[in-house]
Amino acid sequence: MDGKSYVITSGKGGVGKTTTVANIGTGLAKLGRKVVLIDADIGLRNLDVVLGLENRIVYDIVDVVEGNCRLEQALIRDKRYSSLHLLPAAQTRDKTAVEPGQMRELMEELKEDYDYVIVDSPAGIERGFKNAIAGVDEAVVVTTPEVSAVRDADRIIGMLEAEGISGADLIINRVRMDMVKKGDMMNIEDMVEILAVDQLGVIPEDEEIVVSTNRGKPAVLVDKSKAGQAFWNVARRIEGEEVPMLSLEEGFFDKFKEFFGWS
Amino acid sequence: MFEAVKEIFKREDKEKSKDVAKERLRLVLVHDRMDRMGISRDVLNDMKEDLIEVISKHLEIDQKGLEINFERQDKDSVALEANIPIKNEQQKE
Repeated sequence: MDGKSYVITSGKGGVGKTTTVANIGTGLAKLGRKVVLIDADIGLRNLDVVLGLENRIVYDIVDVVEGNCRLEQALIRDKRYSSLHLLPAAQTRDKTAVEPGQMRELMEELKEDYDYVIVDSPAGIERGFKNAIAGVDEAVVVTTPEVSAVRDADRIIGMLEAEGISGADLIINRVRMDMVKKGDMMNIEDMVEILAVDQLGVIPEDEEIVVSTNRGKPAVLVDKSKAGQAFWNVARRIEGEEVPMLSLEEGFFDKFKEFFGWS
Repeated sequence: MFEAVKEIFKREDKEKSKDVAKERLRLVLVHDRMDRMGISRDVLNDMKEDLIEVISKHLEIDQKGLEINFERQDKDSVALEANIPIKNEQQKE
């Protein structure tokens, strides 16, 4: 197999990177792909909890690179999709425990067995970012529509370019359509223009994300979740499908009003 | 009461907050990118003075209105933009 590797990253912390990784990964597995998610946020393990796999961890990424176990022993199979695996972060070590060379080796090995290798990186300003992006083919930058988060996203895009990863795609998380309509929140066009990158998705603010994180079940599997639907669209776009932006985030009535110039 | 009504209309006239955010971001990113490229603000000031000196030999310019900045063109390029208001279009001698 000749898989592709992605890093999902952000400048600012707390913009929803881990939620994004869990949902895109689960979405791609639902589409029938072999996916492995790597939690590279060493010392701040979180992806396991979002996926509901926290009780199954025996070994972690640091055990693998230090040779305490074989790679297959550390990979945890998802509860719902047998083609989805997680390589958890170490909780007791620091960000330098995995070196870029080791990461690159790991990526090459995983790409032989999986269609998608997706890395959940620490926020860009933190140490360990360079380790997390070693050996990846593509980058996805997550931001929220706030000035501070967009500013930090620009910095990360610059850092990615400096590391030879250009053409990062953008996901805007926690968008409130009501505020966008009032002109009190930047929309995707505004941010794409400012950052000069391509858009991959717009994820609406959704209470269901909190519920799904409580349950350890990604929102992409929850039909009534608007954010889940938007993540599902992102997974399909990654698979090469043409999915129009905002098709599900915006209701029929809004389109109708727009058509007649009432909005 | 009348004041309150006026206040409501005034708010309507105000610029949308997302446009304010965009404008502020644009400026802050120009400076961030300059810092990343290792161009200090002193360089910008020095260039400004040099520009004034050179152009003033030929044209009378509004020195206070002179602005130079870095603008991001697209993914890979940044352009140096200068706005130099001319006071008098007549050339010196």
